[in-house]
Amino acid sequence: MDVLLQQLINGLILGSLYALVALGYTMVYGILELINFAHGEIVMVGAMVSVSVLAALTAAGVPVALALPLALAAAVVVCVVTGVLVERVAYRPLRNAPRLAPLITAIGVSIVLQNLAMIFWGRQYLSFPPVIEVQVYDVLGATVSNVQILIFVVAALTMGGLLLLVNRTRLGRAMRATAQNREVAGLMGVDVNRVIAATFIVGSALAAVAGLLIASYYGIAHYNMGFILGLKAFSAAVLGGIGNIPGALLGGLLLGVIESLGAGYIGDLTGGFLGSHYQDIFAFLILILVLTFRPSGLLGERVADRA
Amino acid sequence: MAWAAFGVLAVLLIALPFLVEAGLGRTWVRILDFAMLYVMLALGLNIVVGFAGLLDLGYVAFYAVGAYFYAILASPQFGLHLPFWALLPMGAGIACFFGVLLGTPTLRLRGDYLAIVTLGFGEIIRIFLNNLNAPVNVTNGPQGINMIDPVRIGGHALTRPIEILGVQLSGPHAHYYLFLGLTLFVIFAAIRLQHSRIGRAWAAIREDEVAAEAMGIHTRNVKLLAFAMGATFGGLGGGLFAAFQGFVSPESFTLMESIMILCMVVLGGMGHIPGVILGAVLLTMLPEALRYVGPLQQELIGRVAVDPADLRMLLFGVALVLVMLFRPQGLWPSPMRARELRPDNPDQVRQEQESLYDAER
Amino acid sequence: MTSKLLITLVLGAASWSMPAWLTAAETIEIGCVAPLTGPQAHLGKDIENGARLAVDTINASTPTIGGQPVQFVLLVEDDQADPKTATVVAQKLVDEGVKGVVGHLNSGASIPASRIYAENGVPQVSPASTAVAYTNQGFDTTYRLMANDSQQGKALGQYATRLGKRVVVVDDRTAYGQGLIDEVVKSVEASGGKVVGREYTTDKSTDFTAILTSLKSKRPDVVVFGGMDPQAAPMVRQMRTLGMKTPFMGGDGMQSAEFIKLAGPAAQGAIGSSPGLPLEQMPGGADFTKRFGERFGKVQIYAPFSHDSAVVLIQAMLRAGSAEPKQYLPELAKTQLDGVIGPIAFDAKGDLRDGPVTLYQVKSGQWQPVETIGGPAAK
Repeated sequence: MDVLLQQLINGLILGSLYALVALGYTMVYGILELINFAHGEIVMVGAMVSVSVLAALTAAGVPVALALPLALAAAVVVCVVTGVLVERVAYRPLRNAPRLAPLITAIGVSIVLQNLAMIFWGRQYLSFPPVIEVQVYDVLGATVSNVQILIFVVAALTMGGLLLLVNRTRLGRAMRATAQNREVAGLMGVDVNRVIAATFIVGSALAAVAGLLIASYYGIAHYNMGFILGLKAFSAAVLGGIGNIPGALLGGLLLGVIESLGAGYIGDLTGGFLGSHYQDIFAFLILILVLTFRPSGLLGERVADRA
Repeated sequence: MAWAAFGVLAVLLIALPFLVEAGLGRTWVRILDFAMLYVMLALGLNIVVGFAGLLDLGYVAFYAVGAYFYAILASPQFGLHLPFWALLPMGAGIACFFGVLLGTPTLRLRGDYLAIVTLGFGEIIRIFLNNLNAPVNVTNGPQGINMIDPVRIGGHALTRPIEILGVQLSGPHAHYYLFLGLTLFVIFAAIRLQHSRIGRAWAAIREDEVAAEAMGIHTRNVKLLAFAMGATFGGLGGGLFAAFQGFVSPESFTLMESIMILCMVVLGGMGHIPGVILGAVLLTMLPEALRYVGPLQQELIGRVAVDPADLRMLLFGVALVLVMLFRPQGLWPSPMRARELRPDNPDQVRQEQESLYDAER
Repeated sequence: MTSKLLITLVLGAASWSMPAWLTAAETIEIGCVAPLTGPQAHLGKDIENGARLAVDTINASTPTIGGQPVQFVLLVEDDQADPKTATVVAQKLVDEGVKGVVGHLNSGASIPASRIYAENGVPQVSPASTAVAYTNQGFDTTYRLMANDSQQGKALGQYATRLGKRVVVVDDRTAYGQGLIDEVVKSVEASGGKVVGREYTTDKSTDFTAILTSLKSKRPDVVVFGGMDPQAAPMVRQMRTLGMKTPFMGGDGMQSAEFIKLAGPAAQGAIGSSPGLPLEQMPGGADFTKRFGERFGKVQIYAPFSHDSAVVLIQAMLRAGSAEPKQYLPELAKTQLDGVIGPIAFDAKGDLRDGPVTLYQVKSGQWQPVETIGGPAAK
């Protein structure tokens, strides 16, 4: 029983990381109907910046209580600038182009960011400075660490904040209006360009938070950590219903749990025929199955148009 | 006149490996072989992306299927050594089958969903190839399959040097002529397809699917056909790759390979066959050209600031973005497509955009 | 841009064809291939420098072949650690008429390239490729100077069973990781241990909690990982977070300073193996470190091996009195000499006979040699 509980905990932590990243995809998709392939790379940038800044600050003797918020702030700033720049340079000029065009640039931007990061930070893995003393707690025979609890809490708070922003503020209303119908929202006096920019700002700031959490949890950051993570988070967003914020939350947590339980039990379930080598397949299978049979996802109200 | 031009071209193509060898060394003959291979692959993907306007990010899966099909049936893996000429079309057929298998449920999806689903499919195929060494060893897992039989023509293995009419032909030279023949066949097939009824139906779907359907085109079948044709060429390229290289492993079939082939199509000019050929040749040569970037940096700024190997993918990414922003028709666009994408008459643009807008809503 | 490219291309071509007319009767060309750009460039350079030291040293002793004085020239190529590029540069070296090749580094590059060398009858000695498949192809031109993954897996398995009978293994589904772990499994069973769990990951993963949790439920005495340091480090961290105090072992992919840096305190006590003797314990180690240091600085890993690879090739030519591969290949197979790395002899496949494997353990933030398994010294 403790094994099952442990696998659920593993899955929920992994899932809350997926959920945080999935939010970025779902927000942009909701408003632009664009798969922002580069979002995973923004998370990577957030991780790399926060690790480098934190390492530099702690090496200079700055106390952790100050260094950690500063590193997060630096990551947020860099991610927001990158995100807005990407939107301005690569997506906005193509807003009325055929659908394939922004998708291809999105892939291009993703490759560019990855390789720029590689040239800037090198191919070495960066290690997250050991600023948080890991404490392990025993819960009914399973273990939870303080870092895991922190991740869960931060992810929950961030998502709560985002829901408030979208449902309770003027900006949020403008976002929802733009998502429903960009042209009409524009006619109603919503500055569509600003709303889209704001979406990228919020999404990139979330990516920075996710980057910091991921780097601190796994202890490492690397220039190619973003792509697969991005794909999985996108699958999570699709599972929950793309364009739907609670959906991203649900999809992320579910995907995390599915991967965890899948990797843990697939060997026993299939009598050893399949093993944990197929752990990465679940996300893609979910992606294909959901898109093919229920493109609106679990919570999506919007009926995704089929061509 | 036209015949004379053809004659000159033919002589040039036949003499090319010897010219290249004399000028640049035999290494470049091997690079030329790879260039041909990528021309075939890029032309295959061009059917899907360029003709029918469906973004396929998992194209490498079909390439992998073709390569592994040949590798498994013509290597010590199962002790089977079936003949190349039988396996090559069968491999292409199997790849075609996989294309239909993937396409049937997914082609209803809208463009960007389709792209991401094909990407997932490509990864799934790679993961299976990487892990199907147990419980039954089919693909030999991450170790890959080695000692794959070379192409044989009349009992002669193409990797061995041979003398024909007093001319010494090395392995890469012989492969060049084989690949050239098949590339010409693929080019011919692509041209015929483009100008057939199906080709026009693809173009119609690409431009406006709703209108195409209204005109009585059975869009799903026609799209499926594009997928199947593209996959077939991918499988063909895979079989040739396996026989030429003698070794396949899942590492050769990553997402980056798919993106590189896509890059060839986009850079050269989506939908325009000469452009795609140009794109494939240019991008195959790129890594070789980048070898000189290191010494060049050394000379100009006194040190190697950026490792040339690191530049390759960066350039691919930059090329994708720049081409889509400033020259969506590609380096060598088809005259018609160029007019569509870059009309001189701004009124026409507005008019077209409005009509597109109407169709989309 | 395009014209500039063209000029560089043409210039490059001119510089390539130069050795052809420079080649005088008494120079013998030996190829040396390794990744000289990309993430492993420093290791590739290590290989190049080691071979260069050997060639220069031998040249200084005015060697003769069949009474004729000869000089050896090293032709260095970059395979970018890429299988396709490896075949391209292999072809290039063959065309330039090299009489032997030192290289490549990565098994994934060595294997496809070896086919081209074999077809053209050019002997190849790899100083670094450890995949079992490399010498298993039936080519008589293929040799290596490093203990292969089978020898390493055997040593790891033997050591693991000494720590406890219940062994669990994880491999990263790369050719290296899977090959190594397959050998570990065989060796564990042969030494009386039992493999009670096998899990898998990838060379890009960072989250191992799911597989570690199911391994933990198997109550293992030791965990053996086949893969590289960027996975090994978070894996051992997550083991500790999950409350697994089991010893953690791995091959040369994680026996690196990087592992200690990335794993932090969790690295303490981890055990890693590496083919060959530690540099300071090699018979010629001290002298080599000094000579190499004077010219190139610090030895990374492979320099002593590439040095001896070049020596083995050249010595075979000298003994045979010919630099023609057909003539000296039989002598190469019969090699019996004391190199920097220790006594060198090949088995029928071209593998180093009794290649030693050394086990290291992380003690106070440093890898420290614990024990050498195998090797002629063990007999």
